[in-house]
Amino acid sequence: MAACSIEDVLAKAERDEAEKLKSISVHKELELEFDPGNLIAFDKNPTDTRAFKKQNKDAFLRSLARDNTQLLINELWKLPTERVEEVIVAKLPEPTTRLPREKPVPKPRPSTKWEEFAKLKGIQKKKKTNLVWDDVHKEWKRRWGYKRANDDTKEWLIEVPETADPNEDQFSKRIKAKKERVAKNELNRLRNIARGQKIKVPGVGLAPSDQQSKTELGKAIHVAKHSTASVGKFQGNLPKEKAPKNIGKKRQFQPLIGDFSVEKQKQLDLLNIMDSKKPRIDITKAVNKQMREEDRQSGFQKRKSSGKKGRKGNFSGKGTAKGKGKKGGPGGGGGKNRKPRMKQGKR
Amino acid sequence: KPKTKRSKRFLQGREPKLNENIKKAMLFKGGNANQTVTQALKDIYSLKKPNAVMYKKKNITRPFEDQSSLEFFSKKSDCSLFLFGSHNKKRPNNLVFGRMFDFHVLDMIELGIEKFVSLKDIKNSKIPEGTKPLLIFAGDAFETGNEHKKLKNLLIDFFRGPTVPCVRLVGLEHVLHITALEGKIYLRSYKVLLKKSGCRTPRIELEEIGPSFDFTMRMIHLASVDLYKTAHRQPKALKPKEKKNISHDVFGMKYGRLHMQKQDLFKLHTRKMKGLKRKAE
Repeated sequence: MAACSIEDVLAKAERDEAEKLKSISVHKELELEFDPGNLIAFDKNPTDTRAFKKQNKDAFLRSLARDNTQLLINELWKLPTERVEEVIVAKLPEPTTRLPREKPVPKPRPSTKWEEFAKLKGIQKKKKTNLVWDDVHKEWKRRWGYKRANDDTKEWLIEVPETADPNEDQFSKRIKAKKERVAKNELNRLRNIARGQKIKVPGVGLAPSDQQSKTELGKAIHVAKHSTASVGKFQGNLPKEKAPKNIGKKRQFQPLIGDFSVEKQKQLDLLNIMDSKKPRIDITKAVNKQMREEDRQSGFQKRKSSGKKGRKGNFSGKGTAKGKGKKGGPGGGGGKNRKPRMKQGKR
Repeated sequence: KPKTKRSKRFLQGREPKLNENIKKAMLFKGGNANQTVTQALKDIYSLKKPNAVMYKKKNITRPFEDQSSLEFFSKKSDCSLFLFGSHNKKRPNNLVFGRMFDFHVLDMIELGIEKFVSLKDIKNSKIPEGTKPLLIFAGDAFETGNEHKKLKNLLIDFFRGPTVPCVRLVGLEHVLHITALEGKIYLRSYKVLLKKSGCRTPRIELEEIGPSFDFTMRMIHLASVDLYKTAHRQPKALKPKEKKNISHDVFGMKYGRLHMQKQDLFKLHTRKMKGLKRKAE
């Protein structure tokens, strides 16, 4: 009796399971192909065209869609799941469908000289912390940059070391050293870029460019001439070579604490100049310069307008007479006037 | 050349990368586009939001003849997928789906709309925009026909959305079902309702929302095999690095191999057993 009931129970359990699975199982002739990484399913079964024609099209498509979606969902529910912030999430595998890329594969960046050396020696990058403890200010500060910890440049007291000259300015020495380091870093960065792009850069001297102006060529000659052991002292000149004019510092400043008597004399001279009635600029020179500038401007305009209007009509005669008449005005006002101007003005 | 950090980041976002950005789509109309085509474009735009741009003005171009304006738009808006809608007597209600590689047209397929039901004609609650859809392709034509295979690939690319490592099981709400039947292609969009079934996997019920299209395949433009090969090339860095000298046998046991140099047995240093040493007697 008990055995019968056990069998009955088992049979009933099996029937219940089948019932449950019936609601989610779908019978298909050919199994579908899935790409769970992309949430895609491919149904290769040939569609039943007779049923399609007999039934309402939409209803047929809908039932087909329901079956296929059920199969896809079954497949997705088989994936490993995890709980992320009270939500059950399924981990998707890699997508299997091959799709073309949007843009071509990027080329790897050319490595710098240090990177190559590190690779050769097997030096690994050590990860550094973002913030460093500053004992002076008793707080965490950046390792480098604005308001950094242990800032060298902001010290108000520098001990003069034993070996150094007592009259040397330690603060300016530090600033100069930093400037040199920054310049060296910049030079190396540019050299790395040039090496990466395979641009040839000369070791010393100026880099050549396509069209070089007279000043650039002059500068290049000067640099080449002075790049000898005796800094160009014993280099001969070419027959018509002239020394370049615009070389050297553009502005000279007197030292802060220099010769006091010289400074006093300079200040007194300045006061004398301010007292005197003589004008500081040479008015004749200024006026002549202005007139020359205006000549050039009007000549340029005339050429431009004659180029454009010359084809249409002959306005040039009237234009030139008017222009010359105007110039007589300011020419008469200056101190020493050029004679040709005076003649035109009188007309 | 970038002058600010923001513009630099913007340009870096558009550079070619190992793991690419989500493909954006641009939708625009041709010289004469009727109500059907415009509504179709708007519906597909709402499916593809936010990874899509919709251009309001009409552009008098023909994608199959002149691709320069397509490429220009793609470069400006950084979109590699496009959808062009037009209408004329010879080709009524025309949609051209296409994709680009390196801002040059890779392939384009022209589909004609036979029947179209828009989003707003079906009155029920919709799904939030930006949900990743389930895509189902039914019909043996997608396996046998070469053109159908390309169409399948293109539609996957178009509607796929972002590639995610994991997905919320409850959030799988949208399904796009595409059937190839008797020379026509039926696209239907449904909302997925997960009903209780006896076991863990839910029972599916579908409710039609979204646009429904009946397409016919018209023209197709494919790229050369070489271009396809270049486009499909994956960078080596993305391939998982194989661990050498590790093997698995039938039972799942993991074996490793060590390579030793030849040992001179006479020079081996073993433990000293001083007690066993022969004493000088």
